[in-house]
Amino acid sequence: MSISRRLASGGLIDRSKPISFSFDGKTYGGYAGDTLASALLANDTMLVGRSFKYHRPRGIFSAGPEEPNALVTLRSGARAEPNTKATTVELFDGLAASSQNCWPSPNFDLRAVHQLAGPLLNAGFYYKTFMWPAAFWEKFYEPAIRASAGLGALSGLDDPDTYEKTHAFCDLLVIGAGPAGLAAALAAGRAGARVVLAEEDFVLGGRLLSDTAQIDGVSAASWAALTEAELGTLPNVRILKRTAVFGAYDGEYGAIERVSDHLPVPPPFAPRQRLWKIVARQCVLAAGAAERPLVFPGNDRPAIMLASALRIYANRFGVTPGQCIAIFTTSDDGWRSAFELQKAGAEIAVVVDARAEVAPEVRKFAGNAPQFLGAHVSDTSGYRRLTNIEITDSTGKTRSVAVDTLGVSGGWSPSIGIATHLGSKGNWSEERSAFLCTDTPPGMQIAGAAAAQWTLADALHHGALAGAKAAAHVGLGLQTQKPIIASDEASGNNPVWLFKGSRRKAFIDLQNDVTATDVALAAQEGFRSVEQLKRYTTLGMATDQGKTSNVNGLAILAGEIRKTIAETGATRARPPHVPVAIGAFAGLHSGKHFKPTRLTASHAASAALNATFVEAGQWMRAQWFNAPGETDWLQSVTREVKAVRSSVGICDVSTLGKIALCGSDVGAFLDRVYVNTFSTLPIGKVRYGVMLREDGFVMDDGTTARLAADHYVMTTTTVNAGKVMQHLEYCHQVLWPELDVQMVSVTEQWAQIAVAGPTSRELLQALLGDACDISNEAFPYMACAEFHVGNIPLRLFRVSFSGELAYEIAAPAGYGEALFNALMSAGKTFDVMPYGTEALSVMRIEKGHVAGSELNGQTVARDLGLGRMMSVKKDYIGRTMAAREALIDPDRPTLVGLRPVDRSQRLRNGTLLFARGVTPAPDTNAGFITSTAFSPGNNHWIGLGLLARGPERHGEIIRAWDPVRSGDLELEVVDPVFIDAEGARLRA
Amino acid sequence: MRIPCPYCGSRDASEFSYSGDATLTRPAPDSTDAMFDYVYLRDNPVGVHQEHWYHTAGCHAWVKVTRNVSTHEVIDAVLAHDEAES
Ligand SMILES: [Zn+2]
Repeated sequence: MSISRRLASGGLIDRSKPISFSFDGKTYGGYAGDTLASALLANDTMLVGRSFKYHRPRGIFSAGPEEPNALVTLRSGARAEPNTKATTVELFDGLAASSQNCWPSPNFDLRAVHQLAGPLLNAGFYYKTFMWPAAFWEKFYEPAIRASAGLGALSGLDDPDTYEKTHAFCDLLVIGAGPAGLAAALAAGRAGARVVLAEEDFVLGGRLLSDTAQIDGVSAASWAALTEAELGTLPNVRILKRTAVFGAYDGEYGAIERVSDHLPVPPPFAPRQRLWKIVARQCVLAAGAAERPLVFPGNDRPAIMLASALRIYANRFGVTPGQCIAIFTTSDDGWRSAFELQKAGAEIAVVVDARAEVAPEVRKFAGNAPQFLGAHVSDTSGYRRLTNIEITDSTGKTRSVAVDTLGVSGGWSPSIGIATHLGSKGNWSEERSAFLCTDTPPGMQIAGAAAAQWTLADALHHGALAGAKAAAHVGLGLQTQKPIIASDEASGNNPVWLFKGSRRKAFIDLQNDVTATDVALAAQEGFRSVEQLKRYTTLGMATDQGKTSNVNGLAILAGEIRKTIAETGATRARPPHVPVAIGAFAGLHSGKHFKPTRLTASHAASAALNATFVEAGQWMRAQWFNAPGETDWLQSVTREVKAVRSSVGICDVSTLGKIALCGSDVGAFLDRVYVNTFSTLPIGKVRYGVMLREDGFVMDDGTTARLAADHYVMTTTTVNAGKVMQHLEYCHQVLWPELDVQMVSVTEQWAQIAVAGPTSRELLQALLGDACDISNEAFPYMACAEFHVGNIPLRLFRVSFSGELAYEIAAPAGYGEALFNALMSAGKTFDVMPYGTEALSVMRIEKGHVAGSELNGQTVARDLGLGRMMSVKKDYIGRTMAAREALIDPDRPTLVGLRPVDRSQRLRNGTLLFARGVTPAPDTNAGFITSTAFSPGNNHWIGLGLLARGPERHGEIIRAWDPVRSGDLELEVVDPVFIDAEGARLRA
Repeated sequence: MRIPCPYCGSRDASEFSYSGDATLTRPAPDSTDAMFDYVYLRDNPVGVHQEHWYHTAGCHAWVKVTRNVSTHEVIDAVLAHDEAES
């Protein structure tokens, strides 16, 4: 049974709410208000993992988001989340966490032999060791390295939770709710500004939660609670807890709210996390600072921690991580930690300060503990936990002191990451021993510790000032605020970047196992810029982004290359500032929700008729209808084709894009966007048109009907509906705004059903009665009309994609299903057959019509046999470029029909075409098959293809070579129209 | 990034489709060289640039946006057809 390190009283935990959790299968107890780290420490569990490269035992190092060591896998199964910082995980009942990067356990890790190989694993070892032979990298080196180094593993299962995305708009975004952030939010909120206050932690207060100072006569934590309460009463202030701002982007900030991560599973209908895009006119960055560790030999043992973390565990969580604690510091703040720990009941064994002189009022903080000035820790011992430190005093004499914990304090690094995301740089301030951001992005101020305003009084003062200033910027008058009264604090620091001593490794980056020796080696090998150093040694490239290591690393590099820190500079911080789950960026747009599923009006009716559906763009379309006894899709499709060719079939074609065009200049406009002429189109007629891109290639095709003098309706292909709409609006708004044209997409407003086959006219006559005269004389091929049946407006177009006598009838979408059902029931006496997209495709191939496979973005009109449509009497989009030499080259692959010499053979799309007797090679290739179908009319497979000089080669036998599917057959080149070449049927 | 659509106000850039250089003028037909430049050749300026953005998920307006491509600052946004007509 492990001992409890929980204090009897004190802290912001709720001892009346015990919580049970497990770590590596063992059950422990904690309290509401704990983090996983504080609860583990309360249970005397310091060792939580092994290091990345050397598999050295590592303990909890910090008490916040800068944690490099205590990465655990949270939860199990599909909800398992690797690389979670135990220091930020809010404890909940039933929480189950496990350690990473160690096997079988952190206490006994078989891969710790890596430590013995330590000298081989220095800077750049991946680059140097695994260079040769190259083939070994993928098969051998990389799997071996990944298996032994690395972090937690993904579950490999689908994420069962959901994520949300949302926007917020405010006058002021305050990042961080420590003293400066709270003061800023309060000042701006009182002035009436719309404020969003985002805090990563689950409690507001930041350092106030572990401070024993007094503010306005109450304890710091009470002041934080009172301020939160007041902010809660202001309707213009929104508080986002558990929300980390991870990046500054153009005009907005990204933040991730951990909505349900503190619960065993998200509540019903609640997301796990919510991604915020926050549009803020002003921003106060009050993200605080992270304490810097010290670099000395043997500085990575478990129970060597940031001194401020010890203070936080004692004062906020009521836990003393050790009983006999040494403090090693270069700053006044280390002494304050010693003071607070003593007050909480811990024994301070010794305070070691590298500075020769420390103010008496600071030294007072050590109480009765022995003090060593001008001294440093030069070695440590203890394998799974620190047992001894060696102190080298100002005279060079060494002595060993038995301790169970060492707090280190090397000063503080302001968290300016968010301020530098838009390109600003941190500048080294010698006076403050910190990188400061002075050219902040537009609208951003930095306050508090993030601006190296170290003392509580300073942070409160500057925070309030920044909040008031932000409010004034948005026109809310600078109000005089009652000053917040807090005590001043000593904040001297005189950093020493590297302490010498034993031959043990002195770690800079605990997560990526980068040592002072690695940095020296990198400098010696010529990697002298910080950006090179970072990539060569991997310093700061771990999941913690070097929050505790970057400054130490570059300061040591500066020493090696004999430059100042200012000259050496810092690496650039890039978003995200904290890791963000990919799922949060996807939000609800995952799986089927990635794009909408659009159903046609006849969907339910088609499903009732045993339709199999296929995705066409965003639409679901009936692909074929299964009839009793049919076991194969080809049987169904063949039956549907035969029915259309012998009697009548109906097919929902509502998915075609439909664009209504109105105005006196529509004809002229269409002349400019189609290759052929539309200004001559009579009222009541439809014309087929081809549209080019400006580069001369075919963009889309379709029919346009003229319903009235100034009213046209265009159809586009299903997949290009949006693209054509955008193109037409560009042409009108940008190129020819002088034309009197209005256009709107009506794809969703009209349901449209093709009625095709020799008895289609009889069927429609039966349905429409005398609403419209559809005799061949009154309503010939390519006629169109608008009329009413009852009070339902209908449109009828005599167009044919199948080659049969055919119509398309359109009704407002709300009547679409009724129209489909009416056609089915009126069609009973005509043996009407519903048909799907496969039969549609078979019939268009039989008729030689081009579709998506031929309109592939690489074909010009002539390639598709449509060259004669290109008017020479007018300009139109793409005309000039389509006349380029290579695009009118007669050698270009051009549309042909194809059929197998051995009629029993099947054709396949994509098969390459060659002249007979030619060896297949890229330079002998003459084209490829674009579309294939089994033709019920011909009783064999047929195809369309693009073949060099195709139209001249009708009758030639060519070779069809399909190495991927082991196909090699002979084809006959024929006219692409396989049925009714003279068009008698569609004019019948 | 936010784009101030003249019709819809300040909207998220994800609602728009980008269509590049707005300083080009479609040349008269039959000058292949001029048309080639118009279709294919683009400058890659630093700093302030004019671009066409289409409000796809909004009002369908083509908007001429003046934007600093170095800082991403949006300086101005007008309707393309107003520009073209003036
Ligand atoms: Zn708009």
